[in-house]
Amino acid sequence: MTPLQIVFLLVAAITLFSAVMVVSIRGMMHAALFLVLTLMGVAFMFATLGSRFFAIIQILVYIGSIAILIIFAVMLTRNIMDAEVASLNRGWWFFAPLALLIFASIVLVLSSWSAFATLRDLSSTSGENILEFGKALTDPNGFVIPFEVASVLLVAAMVGAVYIAMERRGGRG
Amino acid sequence: MLEKYLPLAIILAFAVFIGFFVVILGTIFGPRRPTERKSAPYESGMIPYGPGTRRMNVSYYLVAVLFILFDIEIVFVLPWAVIFRELGVPGLVLMGIFLVVLEVAFVYAWKKGALEWE
Amino acid sequence: MDGAMILEWVIKSIFLILVMTGGFAYVTLYERKVLARIQVRIGPNRAGPFGVLQPVADGIKLIFKEELVPAKADKLIFTLAPVLTVIPALIITAVVPWGTEVTLFGRTIKLYLADINIAVLYLMAVTSISIYGIALAGWSSNNKYATLGGLRATAQMISYELALGFAMIVPVMMAGSMSLVDIVESQKPVWFVFVQPLAFLIYFIAALAEINRSPFDMPEAEQELTAGYHTEYSGMKFALFFMAEYIKMIAISMIGSSLFLGGYRGPFVDQLPALGPLYLFIKVAIVLFVIIWIRATLPRIRYDRLMQFGWKVLFPLALLNVFVTGVVLILVGG
Repeated sequence: MTPLQIVFLLVAAITLFSAVMVVSIRGMMHAALFLVLTLMGVAFMFATLGSRFFAIIQILVYIGSIAILIIFAVMLTRNIMDAEVASLNRGWWFFAPLALLIFASIVLVLSSWSAFATLRDLSSTSGENILEFGKALTDPNGFVIPFEVASVLLVAAMVGAVYIAMERRGGRG
Repeated sequence: MLEKYLPLAIILAFAVFIGFFVVILGTIFGPRRPTERKSAPYESGMIPYGPGTRRMNVSYYLVAVLFILFDIEIVFVLPWAVIFRELGVPGLVLMGIFLVVLEVAFVYAWKKGALEWE
Repeated sequence: MDGAMILEWVIKSIFLILVMTGGFAYVTLYERKVLARIQVRIGPNRAGPFGVLQPVADGIKLIFKEELVPAKADKLIFTLAPVLTVIPALIITAVVPWGTEVTLFGRTIKLYLADINIAVLYLMAVTSISIYGIALAGWSSNNKYATLGGLRATAQMISYELALGFAMIVPVMMAGSMSLVDIVESQKPVWFVFVQPLAFLIYFIAALAEINRSPFDMPEAEQELTAGYHTEYSGMKFALFFMAEYIKMIAISMIGSSLFLGGYRGPFVDQLPALGPLYLFIKVAIVLFVIIWIRATLPRIRYDRLMQFGWKVLFPLALLNVFVTGVVLILVGG
């Protein structure tokens, strides 16, 4: 194994561990922080796989803004913060092996696909991918339609959020 | 190509080390004689009342939502900004449409009063 | 990639961190001296000649101070928050070039730690992480003032981060690259501040707000919030917040100098590359002086005005500036 692969496996282990902690830990703020750690792990995995641009985007968008929103949301719902409810489902001993079984079967199915086991060395790809990305965004043969539609989607999400939040504020004040 | 990023990992490791080192330094050398009064929340010498944290104003939440939207906008504008000369007028027009559509949400939030603070 | 290369990076990293922490110590002294002069006082002058040992004395004092932890605080996050605040401050300047390259001991050494092609994006990402330490410090203290201060700081930082981001896009457009080395090199004919004064102004204002610096230091307004998010912190944990604040001051000066003021470029720098760090140092010192001067002169802005200024004035202006720059550069052909 190359050092890079060892780093990758280490990061993957941390990511998985913190993902499990997100759903099993009691305090909501701690869960949110483990979510941040998970997202950070994903960013490092992008980096070790050779996609620096998306690693930084992952940090900027997911950790820098979406996780901040989640932390704000936790602060907003302070009242149910330390509720003394069990964080594990009652039937977890049944569903945990089931999830493992499903995961194993997915791996089994995927492993029959020839490209699954081939390792591609991406660490040597040049850094030109931003230029390509920028070009593809405004290229009629590329992603210009998804790019423009994305703006409409964002606007719809935004208008919805403002509408709901302002209604609540109006009702309270 | 990836080794260009190795220095960043090295300095990150040093920064983490410095942070914890300073905290540990204070723990080793600082005295530790907690009393009930000392570990009460500081409220300018008044007797603390009520819960330490309370529900925050929804305006903060709205700001965070708006921030996500425009953060994503920046992420889309940056790759365009690197090669906009090459893309020329069509690129400019397409980016203009993208920005104008997003600004609809901004104007809506503004008119709805989401940017007002009382 | 060989052993010598890794050693070089390790040495550069240690050097950069030492410069930033040492710089922190002396910027506190610089600030106290300049403030004192503006207020017709002398400032610290007891510890060593002209008070040069004052930061050392302050540091030693803080090490031996008792650290208080509020009884109801979340102990783990309370300890983690100052560390999380100082890490982004220390690593953000890793992509800022100090000069081109010099030959030392028969080895050509590039005067920057990392030249990555997405440096500006890196700056934005690190800036966005630096919110965490402050938000968590406020939340974990379980103190009304600290929570409110942390919330205010977080909301203020994310609001001004947008204007900051759009202001940083302008040099990227002018240079056609996100690498800070390329951006500095493309300022060879003329500094970007002369072509884009508005972008520099937006950058400067937004950066001041981003590091909660006067006149945008509402989250730390001692008259109404005691000390904001670090109310409950003492000893070395407080020192970390203090350190982060001053290192961020140095960082925004370095980044601003590189993006708009020509970075390490100056007369004869092509003939004598060793002048590069000196020019950068002078520029940073001047920008820092302006920041301190502003603190001494301007009153604090009320929080609602501050947020409205960020969203209703600075952000639309920054966005418009990016677009107008694009239109002008394409139509005129820059």
